[in-house]
Amino acid sequence: MLGAARRQLGSGPMLGQVLRRLRPATAAATEAARGYSAAAREMTVREALNTALDEEMSADPSVFLMGEEVGEYQGAYKITKGLLDKYGPDRVLDTPITEAGFTGIAVGAAYQGLRPVVEFMTFNFSMQAIDHIINSAAKSNYMSAGQISVPIVFRGPNGAAAGVGAQHSQCYAAWYAHVPGLKVLAPYSAEDARGLLKSAIRDPDPVVFLENELLYGESFPISAEVLDSSFSLPIGKAKIEREGKDITITAYSKMVGYALQAAEILSKEGISAEVINLRSIRPLDRAAINASVRKTNRLVTLEEGFPQHGVGSEICMSVVEESFEYLDAPVERIAGADVPMPYAANLERMAVPQVDDIVRAAKRACYRAAPMAATA
Amino acid sequence: MAPWLVRTSSQLVRRAARRLLSPSQHRRHRAPAPWKLCSVPPVPRTTSPAAGGGLWEFCSVRRFTGDSSPAAASTAEDGLAGGELELDFPGGKVSFVAEMNFLPESQKERINCYRVLDDDGRTVSGSKFQEVSKEMALKMYSEMVTLQIMDTIFYEAQRQGRISFYLTSHGEEAINIASAAALSIDDIVLPQYREPGVLLWRGFTLQEFANQCFGNSLDYGKGRQMPIHYGSNRLNYFTVSSPIATQLPHAVGAAYSLKMDKKEACAITYFGDGGTSEGDFHAALNFAAVMEAPVIFFCRNNGWAISTPTAEQFRSDGAVVRGQAYGMRSIRVDGNDALAVYSAVHIAREMAITEGRPILVEALTYRVGHHSTSDDSTKYRPVDEIEHWRTARDPISRYRKWVQGNGWWSDSDESELRNSVRQELLQAIQVAERMPKPPLTELFTDVYDEIPSNLREQERLLRDAIKKHPADYPADVRV
Repeated sequence: MLGAARRQLGSGPMLGQVLRRLRPATAAATEAARGYSAAAREMTVREALNTALDEEMSADPSVFLMGEEVGEYQGAYKITKGLLDKYGPDRVLDTPITEAGFTGIAVGAAYQGLRPVVEFMTFNFSMQAIDHIINSAAKSNYMSAGQISVPIVFRGPNGAAAGVGAQHSQCYAAWYAHVPGLKVLAPYSAEDARGLLKSAIRDPDPVVFLENELLYGESFPISAEVLDSSFSLPIGKAKIEREGKDITITAYSKMVGYALQAAEILSKEGISAEVINLRSIRPLDRAAINASVRKTNRLVTLEEGFPQHGVGSEICMSVVEESFEYLDAPVERIAGADVPMPYAANLERMAVPQVDDIVRAAKRACYRAAPMAATA
Repeated sequence: MAPWLVRTSSQLVRRAARRLLSPSQHRRHRAPAPWKLCSVPPVPRTTSPAAGGGLWEFCSVRRFTGDSSPAAASTAEDGLAGGELELDFPGGKVSFVAEMNFLPESQKERINCYRVLDDDGRTVSGSKFQEVSKEMALKMYSEMVTLQIMDTIFYEAQRQGRISFYLTSHGEEAINIASAAALSIDDIVLPQYREPGVLLWRGFTLQEFANQCFGNSLDYGKGRQMPIHYGSNRLNYFTVSSPIATQLPHAVGAAYSLKMDKKEACAITYFGDGGTSEGDFHAALNFAAVMEAPVIFFCRNNGWAISTPTAEQFRSDGAVVRGQAYGMRSIRVDGNDALAVYSAVHIAREMAITEGRPILVEALTYRVGHHSTSDDSTKYRPVDEIEHWRTARDPISRYRKWVQGNGWWSDSDESELRNSVRQELLQAIQVAERMPKPPLTELFTDVYDEIPSNLREQERLLRDAIKKHPADYPADVRV
């Protein structure tokens, strides 16, 4: 299944058959089923995104979707399933294969008052459109002195999936979070996905919405409040996913799940870890991070992206600036390896953070294990 | 269409290509050896094109000697007579032919150029054009002159160091004003940067132009952009975008929005000959055609992209021929003929809106000025060439001859107009120069819809620093 050729059958355009890109045929959920109570209502991240899109499209006729395969094909990962039938081809637009083209066109439509939601088949392909995301979308409101607002959402899978190599596996959180004018969100659970996507669509500024392919099929418990169509989450607020008192672990997207698993292991060894689900990379909830560090006095930052100039670096700087005197140990940074993603499964595993890496880093910070240099 | 058809036909093409280019043939180059007759036996037709028989049928193209004698041609026709004559293919039926005809790289003659006024300002006999009333004709003329004087005076102001940068539209006044005159105010303009005349036509005052160039507190851009990056919500004129051709896809998006809102309006976007090399040009034209967006792509082919002449920019016959490749109607027009530009854009707009389709207009003109104040074009192009276009082909004097020939304009009108525009401009510059610069707080607004906490924090820190060290901060910024 890995690396299966993308193929379009049926009545679509024949050029869709050109093997331009490779991607896995379906999202592969690799993590084990979660131990939540069977009585609680559950929802996959895919359903959460789909219902959020559906409800926002229904609430606001200026919201429309565009991207490759979002219509007839129902989305490369089926996030837009059923929406073409419900809203018609004027509001669910299949586009020719030109990221720079449809992104530029969506920005133009946003200039003119529509609220486009642009799907990238993966955020790696957004590189072909980055000029429009940064030079056109992020800067226009400022350059026009508030005359041109750009209410637009760029969404799609980001970061490593499985077995899809360097050009499908990069995390762009730090890239987009670097740019004033953009907001950058990274949901973890179904609740995050629903609440943040709805907020992103309603927001007057351009939002980069970073999903994770491996989370699409995962189910999470979900409350009646979250299922309500008026539900949304504030942009710029992190969530304490698990409370603790000995060490703070910050994470976003899929890595939140890893941090929770690490916290579970650590608790058995008597270390109480607090897990912060960042939810919003820009604006970054510095207050929540610093409050937690002031309580635990220790910090591990966790991300899938490359280490240099990463999200962890920024979090570390924020803590050094605001809470340096509270730190009882050096900040530990866990990030992806500083190499393009290798394809071979054994190497790929080594290139992305694993639960054991988090556990080891947390123990180092708690002086419960020999420092890295001593074990080398 | 059935999926098998796509698969088989592409297989056929590949296989046919392999057979035509067998290694031995491939290596035998230089001498154009006559092609061998193929000895593939005829194969009986089968009913299903998916079956092997259909496949062979396509491949059994009779190869014949290189000469295209009638005898050879008839052999070829005979060869196809027993087979299919047409291929049912997405987009319509495609006829099979036995001859191998490559499309030529260009047409025998260059695409012709629509013109109404000759060099002496007389209407070309038989020319069809949109009638222009006396009042409209005079407004067009006055605005062309105003644009020319504005350019001259702002250029001088830059040379005197009063503004940092400027860019003139000299030589392209007819394109600016006549295209604007053919539009309605509801039409959305996405400019490049050499179209301030469109804004002038829509009612942007000389004072408003001056305020932007001086980046003062009355500038609608709050002093955030280089001079000439004008924008006006009120006049449906988008803020100038510096990267080349990014406005083209934006225009398609804006046009799509107009279409969704069922408005009686189109979008128009301007760009130069150099802009047609950008990927955004390709993407925008293709999308506009596919999405049936009411948008006019207006290419100002002025011969030069800074120092790059069109001969080094593209090998096609300008921009106009590209439209057809995307399935779009296109016209080439004399960009120094105000009536031709006016008429072409008028009709283009009508087609775009009523038929829901994009139109490409290529106007042939010449950038008489330097690219910008950062450029000296005499370093890379002959002064004679510039002078020829500045004098013999000047769009303003040609149009004036027509207006004056109608008895609508006199020499005294001319000097009165030029004097009053000049006075108004000098006054505008003085006012703009004296106007205070934008206040400090505008450094932080509009990054987002609401100012986020980190920007509030930065502003507070800056204010504290200024309070502590007032002498180190410029006095002309209101805190």
